Amino acid sequence: MTLSLRHTRYVIGENAITFGAFLLFLGFVLLAIFGDAIAPYDPLASNASLALNPPSAQHWFGTDALGRDILSRVLVATRLDLGIAIAAVAASFVAGSALGVLAGYWGGWVDAIAGRVIDTIMAFPLFVLAMGIMAALGNSVENIIYATAIINLPLYARVIRSEVLVIKTAGYIEAAKLSGNTDVQIMLRYLFPNALPVMMVHISLNMGWAILNAAGLSFIGLGVQPPTPEWGIMVAEGATYIISGEWWLAMFPGLMLMIAVLCFNLLGDGLRDLVDPRKRT
Amino acid sequence: MTVASIPKTQLLNIENLAVEFRTRSGIVKALDQVSFSVAAGETVGLVGESGSGKSVLSLAILGILDAAAQITAGTIAFEGDNLLTMPRSQLRAKRGTGIAMIFQNPRVALNPIRRIGQQLRDVLIAHGGLTKAQCQTRALELLTQVRIPDPHQRINAYPYELSGGMCQRVMIALALAGRPKVLIADEPTTGLDVTTQAAVMELIRDLGREGQMGTILITHDLDLAAQYCDRILVMHAGHIVETAPTRLILTQPRHPYTAKLLAATPDPHKRLDELTPIAGHLPDLRGTLPPCRFQSRCDRAIPDCDRAPLKRQAIAPDHTVACWHPLPLSSGVES
Amino acid sequence: MISLDPPPLLSVDHLRKYFPTARRSFLNRDAAPRLLHAVDDVSFTLEAGESVGLVGESGCGKSTLVRLLTRLLDPTSGEIRFEGREIGAIAAPKFARHPLRSQLQLVFQDPHDSLNPRHTAFDSIAAPLKQLGGFQASPLLTARIEELAELVGLPAALLSRFPHQLSGGQKARVGIARAIALHPKLLILDEPTSALDVSVQAVILHLLQDLQARLGMSYLFVSHDLNVVRLLCDRIIVMYLGQIIEMGPTDAIFDNPRHPYTQALIAAIPDPGTPPQPLQLQGEPRSPIDPDPQVCRLYGRCPHGVEACTTTTPHLEPMGPDHVAACHRADVLNPAQLR
Repeated sequence: MTLSLRHTRYVIGENAITFGAFLLFLGFVLLAIFGDAIAPYDPLASNASLALNPPSAQHWFGTDALGRDILSRVLVATRLDLGIAIAAVAASFVAGSALGVLAGYWGGWVDAIAGRVIDTIMAFPLFVLAMGIMAALGNSVENIIYATAIINLPLYARVIRSEVLVIKTAGYIEAAKLSGNTDVQIMLRYLFPNALPVMMVHISLNMGWAILNAAGLSFIGLGVQPPTPEWGIMVAEGATYIISGEWWLAMFPGLMLMIAVLCFNLLGDGLRDLVDPRKRT
Repeated sequence: MTVASIPKTQLLNIENLAVEFRTRSGIVKALDQVSFSVAAGETVGLVGESGSGKSVLSLAILGILDAAAQITAGTIAFEGDNLLTMPRSQLRAKRGTGIAMIFQNPRVALNPIRRIGQQLRDVLIAHGGLTKAQCQTRALELLTQVRIPDPHQRINAYPYELSGGMCQRVMIALALAGRPKVLIADEPTTGLDVTTQAAVMELIRDLGREGQMGTILITHDLDLAAQYCDRILVMHAGHIVETAPTRLILTQPRHPYTAKLLAATPDPHKRLDELTPIAGHLPDLRGTLPPCRFQSRCDRAIPDCDRAPLKRQAIAPDHTVACWHPLPLSSGVES
Repeated sequence: MISLDPPPLLSVDHLRKYFPTARRSFLNRDAAPRLLHAVDDVSFTLEAGESVGLVGESGCGKSTLVRLLTRLLDPTSGEIRFEGREIGAIAAPKFARHPLRSQLQLVFQDPHDSLNPRHTAFDSIAAPLKQLGGFQASPLLTARIEELAELVGLPAALLSRFPHQLSGGQKARVGIARAIALHPKLLILDEPTSALDVSVQAVILHLLQDLQARLGMSYLFVSHDLNVVRLLCDRIIVMYLGQIIEMGPTDAIFDNPRHPYTQALIAAIPDPGTPPQPLQLQGEPRSPIDPDPQVCRLYGRCPHGVEACTTTTPHLEPMGPDHVAACHRADVLNPAQLR
């Protein structure tokens, strides 16, 4: 797959919303890389004398109950939250695509087995399933990734399976067989790449959802543990202070969470156009 | 243009129509200087390659051009009223009952989850004025009219239970539901088998004659048009380049494009080496175009062809050509 | 029969393909599945260098037959011999890497649908060369592809374009270049011009004629349009509901069609010189699902049906030199006598 620079510029430049989403995404990536460096304070350093200070010139986002700088914590948390989401989505994308392509192309008993596995996963309320997986595997960052990946698997498998069912009837698949491609080659070189544009929209939406899921698990105490800075824990910790008027504790990490999810939701269409050669002119 | 000058028998009169499409890469002049009329009871064939603008023309007549298209000049008069300046409310009534269209690919045009009888009744109710029982009777009448065998049974069939030819008959019945005066058939037999094609074409022709409808047959197949049409209009790149009664088009084509189209069409008496392809392809319809859009493909083109404006002119009774240097009348051909 | 002549390029013997129409109910496992007889006992041969037309309406089984012959689909029974070697029994997925794969190629009906939207024209033509021809990405491959492009009249500048950037005629040329890339002995053309304008159709037909003369391929030209098939083929096979009902030299089929269905097909060709002939077939085709083996499949639509047509199925009988037809009434229906 070749992504020409001109095409990228065209896709981004065509639509103001896509352009904004790409800018935001770039911002998040930069934060994830340089968050540690640009954070004004140590995100873990507590200082009881500064506890629960509202936003000020020294602490733009205020401080929490232990006197830690919320801005620093929010910035540093970007890497962890984004990392969990990307790893989880990548894992479910790879596994789900493989399952979906196999089920869609071969059909028969492969399809039947894959279908029942997916139906079983779908039978659980997904967040509860993630909680169960976390409880069984134990609290760790890797396990959040596994749990998030497993509950997202059905989405990818189903979407790609239905795409493959359509694509496999196209003449160019028969042409590929006439050209001497084996089944595996057809799946890898013809079916999967042609299902990719539709998948990109799902990946993007799913990224936002995975961030929320990871934050949600941490919010209820499963997953990332304090004092590690993470948006979900920070919202959870801050939630108790909202009633007493210290709104900044939950507000700023919540805002970051919201912007990140929004960014990924808006990114989808642009990403799809990026991987679709038909959109090139 | 004065509307009063249109003779009574002309149902549809299109004068100097121009349609442009606004696209990312410039303005496409899809139709230009299109003028023709259709009289009651006649079948007019609109023939051209894909991209010649014949479908755009039918959509313009029906008023269902998409948002990127704009009618920049001309009039479309139906029974003497210009449809382009008519208030919306009147327009709906006029177009809905006056002009009907049969699309290609009937399977896609029919709603797959409703019985054909229901679909017919929906249309009849939309046209108004009928009770439920009358709708049922009329629906059966229509199915009989389009020669569907066992209409009493087929009225309860779903589209997937019918063959392609039967689906096209149902489409024709739907089009006839409003008792239209003008029927536009856009490639009505594409995708149908040859034996079915003949049956559907005969049906369309007979219905036109019986109901004194004006029929416009849009097709890329000159042979098909020649067999079923009274008159043929040849379109090329958004222009009508030649119009004449069918026999004249076949025996005395005067526009070089028509002659080349004839030479490229296989008919049962030609061998492969007698089949001459047309060189080049349709010109890009963006930007400035020469007065004659066929120029780049024409082996008779000379510098004089750039003279503007090029108008379609009568060259013989009922025979018009848009060419500065039409082909000479060949001698020895029956006139 | 023992013969010392070399075997025909393609010989098809009692080929059948039945599709089950529905999955068997798990409540009633004993019920026999209803079978759609897509290709039912088809036999014919095709000699090297010959062009044979295969004509029939949609649903007559010609697409299934094409997929059986190109080994994309496995037959229910029967033999397909290519230069005397039985290839019908090789499972379709295995045949993808069979040495004969490159010898038996197909040009698709829809030039757009048969090109991968993510591949440029170059990539599409390169696929068989890389997979079956042993070519690696190299100047050699590029040279071969440019040579092929020239052969089919595709400007080399268009090779870097994606399908959506090409016109219908150009896509058809890419499809042909891909099919002939490895010099197949048999090229099956599945309605290669039905999606094209007449002006382009003429170009492609000329190209195909020219390629055959230069490369010495055999053609099996499949179409619903007798009028187009006639232009390229020496011999014509007419199929109806899964069976061959008439077969013979092109001139014989056209001048002296003996089966009522062939006669209807010829009558349906629009001929601007003559007024439309009255329609000869009535009603709808019979169902291809579990057809009655005793009844002629055209019975009911056929204007000449008699009682015998409902008691025994007609078989192909000789009608003239190299000309066979399957109709009880072929003697009576001799158009030379009807005229």
